[in-house]
Amino acid sequence: MIAAAVTETTSVGEPLLNIGIFAGFVAITLIVVLRASRNNKTAADYYAAGRSFTGPQNGTAIAGDYLSAASFLGICGAIAVNGYDGFLYSIGFLVAWLVALLFVAELMRNTGKFTMADVLSFRLKQRPVRLAAATTTLAVCFFYLLAQMAGAGGLVSLLLGIDQAVGQSIVVAVVGALMILYVLVGGMKGTTWVQIIKAALLIAGAFIMTVWVLALYGFNLSELLGAAAETGGEAVLSPGLQYGLTDLSRLDFVSLALALVLGTAGLPHVLMRFYTVPTAREARRSVVWAIWLIGIFYLFTLVLGYGAGALIGKDTILAAPGGVNSAAPLLAFELGGPILLGLISAVAFATILAVVAGLTITAATSFAHDVYASVIKRGKAEPGTEVRVARITVVVIGIVAILGGIGVQGQNVAFLVALAFAVAASANLPTILYSLYWKRFNTRGALWSMYGGLGSAVLLIVFSPVVSGAETSIFKTVDFSLYPLSNPGIVSIPLGFLLGFVGTLTSRTLENPAVAAEMEVRSLTGFGAEEATKH
Amino acid sequence: MSNDAPGSATSDRVTDFERAQASEPFQRLRKRHRSFVFPLGVAFLVWYFAYVLLADYAHEFMATPVFGNVNVGLLFGLGQFVTTFAITTWYVAFSNRRLDPLADEIRSDLTSTGHAARSER
Repeated sequence: MIAAAVTETTSVGEPLLNIGIFAGFVAITLIVVLRASRNNKTAADYYAAGRSFTGPQNGTAIAGDYLSAASFLGICGAIAVNGYDGFLYSIGFLVAWLVALLFVAELMRNTGKFTMADVLSFRLKQRPVRLAAATTTLAVCFFYLLAQMAGAGGLVSLLLGIDQAVGQSIVVAVVGALMILYVLVGGMKGTTWVQIIKAALLIAGAFIMTVWVLALYGFNLSELLGAAAETGGEAVLSPGLQYGLTDLSRLDFVSLALALVLGTAGLPHVLMRFYTVPTAREARRSVVWAIWLIGIFYLFTLVLGYGAGALIGKDTILAAPGGVNSAAPLLAFELGGPILLGLISAVAFATILAVVAGLTITAATSFAHDVYASVIKRGKAEPGTEVRVARITVVVIGIVAILGGIGVQGQNVAFLVALAFAVAASANLPTILYSLYWKRFNTRGALWSMYGGLGSAVLLIVFSPVVSGAETSIFKTVDFSLYPLSNPGIVSIPLGFLLGFVGTLTSRTLENPAVAAEMEVRSLTGFGAEEATKH
Repeated sequence: MSNDAPGSATSDRVTDFERAQASEPFQRLRKRHRSFVFPLGVAFLVWYFAYVLLADYAHEFMATPVFGNVNVGLLFGLGQFVTTFAITTWYVAFSNRRLDPLADEIRSDLTSTGHAARSER
């Protein structure tokens, strides 16, 4: 009884209304997924949605994949609390797309089939390179998944008024079970539609709130900034509040900026989306759509963040159950009462659900296609069994994500996302760029770069203050932090590039030049690229 | 020998990719692509890191007011959005005009010479 009374006071809005709106979202998307799943016959259907999406559709889905809860709740909250320094995140996340657009998207689409490993192993030794690429894919997906699941638990405490660990665990389990259902039934096509619906809802919701906030200040950005400075102090308008404290924290920011800008083009769940469109030209259009949608969304978050800072204030936000992450929901409540809060909360849940589904299908495809079919069965798996293995993997990953999500409840989750970006930038991007642009690149270079990048990023995190020795660490009482920064990027990313270079130069084995020629011709012309399946 | 699994790489052995790679149109396409994306890539990364370092180490400068409550830092930050949108638009226009027609031409040449092999699949 007492616990119930306590939760009553800490939650905002009406939990039942929040749950109702969320249930509506689930019902609509389930119908869409069921309808989309009718044509899931072949591997190309299940993994790549029959390559039948258009550029604009896929671009919207990419935005859906990319704008995770960290983007929406995290950046709004960071701007509301730390002002300008929160804005720096969104710039890194956006500029990163130019790397994907200019160097990676079209060439990947032209040479690959379903996964990142298809491209990386194209002209190198198939089995070791595929295994390495699958390992880094699974590692990135795993860290990203854990962060999303943990974020889901934290969100509930605020939105549904569920404060106890048991209640939060049940919510994590429900999110996981729903996600398994979507991916199992809908495959890539169903998952893509969930992303599209979610992206549309998220961007529309943010747009309404942005216009609302601006209207309160006479559509004058300067007025809004002035109001934010009045409640939060002049310092919120310029950089330095979060990262400007010490020399070490400044260096940490450089490290983070490096991981953000180079990580995106190595995120496997983003790369896999390029295979759902019929041609490289559509892949280019998808990235263009994604860049516009994501960029405009981040401009909204700038207004929302400063709006929350001005209207609600830093102290109230930090005192709310969700902490920093509660800025956007609190702002919704302030503006539109329980109904807008319910809508925005449902969108936030949908965001987590959709991102988790996108990550799961990527990890399952990589395991079934790269590890099972190519490495274990040496490319001789029956076509039907590969998809069956993928479906079983979906269930296994779902269960692991649920258990992991329950395990990391209440942990510092921002580092998991930063780790995913750092691993993607150190382990995946060097090999992607080398294999697309450097003729001499060989198997040893790829293996050194992927395992070296992955290993160094994970080791540096383990020995960083995020894990031990500080107030905010996972282990507060012991101190084995040897590396002073919380982001490994500044060391592990150059190391990944260097290892690929040194590994290549020290190896005498020459790769087959005919296959290298084939890869280059195909990557630039689109000759022989996988075509859309016809139904 | 280097490819021990029948993956995507073995789809079209009859097409002479080494000759296609050495051909004049392909070398022109390759040069055109690289001489566009590499300098542009360097340029936007330099601009991004210049911005990051300014935001990180030049707080005073970034806090200089320009008009109303808008300061240099905010304008530079919004400038990153503008350049990202501009580079995107520029690259798409360049690809549509200069890369795609050439790539289409090379692809249709390859398809007609490798026709016998492809129709068997």
